[in-house]
Amino acid sequence: MPPKASKAPSSAAAKSRSSAASSASSSSSSPLSTLYNSYVDNTPKRLKVVDAFLVFLMLSGIIQFVYCALITNFPFNSFIAGFASTVGQFVLAASLRIQANTQNRQTFPKVSPERAFGDFLFGSVILHFFVFNFLG
Amino acid sequence: MSADSTTFRSAPARTAYRLPTLSPEANKNVLSLLRLIIIFLIAGAAISSRLFAVVRHESIIHEFDPWFNFRATKVLTTDGFYRFWNWFDATAWYPLGRAAGGTAYPGLMVTSGAIYNLFHSLNIPVDIRNICVLLAPAFSGLTAWATYMFTAAMKDDAAGLLAAVFIGIAPGYISRSVAGSYDNEAIAIFLLMMTFYLWIKALKDGSALWGVATALFYFYMVAAWGGYVFITNMIPLHALVLILMGRFSSRLYVSYSSFYALGTLASMQVPFVGFQPVRTSEHMAALGVFGLLQLVAFVELIRSHVPSKQFKLLLVGFVILVATLAFGALIALTYAGYVAPWTGRFYSLWDTAYAKKHIPIIASVSEHQPPAWPAFFFDLEMLIFLFPVGIFLLFKELRDEHVFVIIYAVMASYFAGVMVRLMLTLTPVVCVSAAIAMSTLLQTYLDPKEPTPLVASGANPDSDGDGQGVTKNTRSRKGAVAAMVETTAATTTGSSDSELSRPTSPQFSAKHFSSSWFGIFGLDSRFFVTIYSLLLLLVFVLHCTFVTSTAYSSPSVVLASRNADGSQHIIDDFREAYYWLRSNTPSDAKVMSWWDYGYQISGMADRPTLVDNNTWNNTHIATVGKAMCSPEEKSYPILRQHDVDYVLIIFGGLLGFSGDDINKYLWMIRIAQGVWPDEVKEADYFTARGEYKVDDGASKAMKQSLMYKMSYHRFNDLFGGRPGMDRVRQSQGPTKSPELDYLDEAFTSENWIVRIYQVKKPDALGRDLPGVKGFDGGKRRKRAVGLPPVAVASAAGRKK
Repeated sequence: MPPKASKAPSSAAAKSRSSAASSASSSSSSPLSTLYNSYVDNTPKRLKVVDAFLVFLMLSGIIQFVYCALITNFPFNSFIAGFASTVGQFVLAASLRIQANTQNRQTFPKVSPERAFGDFLFGSVILHFFVFNFLG
Repeated sequence: MSADSTTFRSAPARTAYRLPTLSPEANKNVLSLLRLIIIFLIAGAAISSRLFAVVRHESIIHEFDPWFNFRATKVLTTDGFYRFWNWFDATAWYPLGRAAGGTAYPGLMVTSGAIYNLFHSLNIPVDIRNICVLLAPAFSGLTAWATYMFTAAMKDDAAGLLAAVFIGIAPGYISRSVAGSYDNEAIAIFLLMMTFYLWIKALKDGSALWGVATALFYFYMVAAWGGYVFITNMIPLHALVLILMGRFSSRLYVSYSSFYALGTLASMQVPFVGFQPVRTSEHMAALGVFGLLQLVAFVELIRSHVPSKQFKLLLVGFVILVATLAFGALIALTYAGYVAPWTGRFYSLWDTAYAKKHIPIIASVSEHQPPAWPAFFFDLEMLIFLFPVGIFLLFKELRDEHVFVIIYAVMASYFAGVMVRLMLTLTPVVCVSAAIAMSTLLQTYLDPKEPTPLVASGANPDSDGDGQGVTKNTRSRKGAVAAMVETTAATTTGSSDSELSRPTSPQFSAKHFSSSWFGIFGLDSRFFVTIYSLLLLLVFVLHCTFVTSTAYSSPSVVLASRNADGSQHIIDDFREAYYWLRSNTPSDAKVMSWWDYGYQISGMADRPTLVDNNTWNNTHIATVGKAMCSPEEKSYPILRQHDVDYVLIIFGGLLGFSGDDINKYLWMIRIAQGVWPDEVKEADYFTARGEYKVDDGASKAMKQSLMYKMSYHRFNDLFGGRPGMDRVRQSQGPTKSPELDYLDEAFTSENWIVRIYQVKKPDALGRDLPGVKGFDGGKRRKRAVGLPPVAVASAAGRKK
């Protein structure tokens, strides 16, 4: 998904085209391709950047977990710290994505996208403070 | 207020009484001033009602556990933070020692250490003891404030202020937070309410900032009290119930995820907690709900992108499947041993017979018994019957945060029903719920609006006015009510944040309970109900003050009694004995006592102890129990093996002090029996008819045991040689006072409450100690007949 981010059309015309395409494809093609097309067409570029970051964090966490499961978990606190940093960062970035999404505006009446970014920064700083304290 | 009051005047609806006319700004200012004054007065009441013990007696630490906290705080303030963090207490658990820095919750000590340093940096040289004594009252003021914020988020400021009053003086909370009670609960309840408030705020706003703030306060709570597990399970339970009710929202995802991800990592920084959040069953609910939320959020995202109905159904099935698989995996991991099962202390909350059967040391603590009904009325008075009303009202208007209070009420009621000690966690929710009930009642009956007759009103009683929305009208009416009564002051500003997110959210008010059929007419009904409620509130204050003064404000270190003329008589045997130990024994003399007194001995007498109130090593406690309940010749090797120099017992037989060691004796026997079932048998200590007797009819094992001999040694001397009267057991003591061969009486306090015995050294000539005693007493053993005269002469010389 992330490599396609650059190709995302952002004009209103493209949007109307995509909605027409998705409604047409829902009956014919598989839901997965519908999902893919709908994502590519309807997601703003910024959110795609966040999504790319989310995928990166997920991969990083999976690699750490596989290392822990297959090789060793010996400095267990280091594993916890590293893994928790990816999970925590993932969650914070996902929160940012949700809050900055314009479709969710009515769900978050008190949180503007700028405020969401500020929250994200604050949470990340606190998270990394604890991560570095726990690395040992 | 002018707009509002013109509304009332121009409205066709009649009002029962006229409201004062103020401009909106003036109204707002008056309300916030009133609010501020009320909160300060509540904090003052909360603090001053906890000072009975300090005013009557002196500023000392009460009870047992606080003595360890106090000693640890002294280490923190004198040696610095890092020394405290790595503090190895070599004087506790004598042969073993205790890594105290890693086996205690440091939050309390760090808090008072920070306050101490703050005062000293301001050149206010306060003794650390006074900070420790007065920490709990100070934090009770903060608890009142946190409860106010929490309840204001649930309903409005009026209910918040009532809840703050309730928690400020409710005996259920005072019992654990009087001045001198320097225990973890002193700050824990404040942190509990603060964490819950921030959680509610995070959930309402859907803000990661407040989620992180929740996590930080959760971290503080974890550092302060073992009861943090309650929060660890309450918040996930709330989230889970919201999901099951179909109330999942992105706000829930943001607040819970940011709370859990940071809070869990933060809680692992506390050495005592360590890896528990990922390894034990108590924390698995939080992890499971975290995973479930990720899943649900992901599926919601996908659902928004696909129109196909079948596919959406498939996604729901996917969530259920994965959740079931994860649950199965958790069970498998628990059985395989990767995840530790519930610890005994928590497990005994579910299986209430578990502790009594398997872990007598948990069952032996009086706080771990289920309470009787009167305890609820004693601790909470009228709040306990307003409590269900408030829950009912919350059910009527079920917002997301109301679900939290309902779950909290159910869980805390159950836990308080199982264990007296957990009355403490019940008290906040009872106060919140009762405040909601009481403020709804008052608002209903202080509302000046007369119900409109059926013909004139039409369907909506709020559609009068001049075109204001429903919410605005309700709010302004409530504002008008609030201005009339100081307890229900201020609703307009505080509740605004809840209404931003859900603009049409209904408020509790008269219109929900009175249609045009039902209503409150005239002043008399208003008057009676209001006066009656006021009376209830006043009686509540009286009750709280009475209970606090009589039941919860006695330091257990000194015992107070009344003389016939009403003057006070202080029995200070504990400190007398501890200071005797402190000043008359070598500083490395090991003192053996039952574990209850371990902290006090190390705190006041400053001597190494074998066991203390931190009951982490059951076998070691059982060893002490075995030494206490065995015959002398069997106890003596145990005492020698553990380098015991002094044995300290509590004996209340002379004074009628019921919490003495003979009454705790059966638990010593049971705990020892758990480890050495062959050598110690509980049944041996009862008479043939199954009675627990201390007089001449006592069983043989009882009469020979060390504890019995130490307790009644020389007891008859007090009664001129006649059998003494034991005022606790209400029976006579033994006819002939028991003699001790292996121990010497070293000290007995004024009222015989504390008795200290010195363990004799082995005889220099290698004789056994009963033989030596008999020899000194002039009794010759047969074998000793042929001794050379020199030895006899020296022994005789030693005697005189």
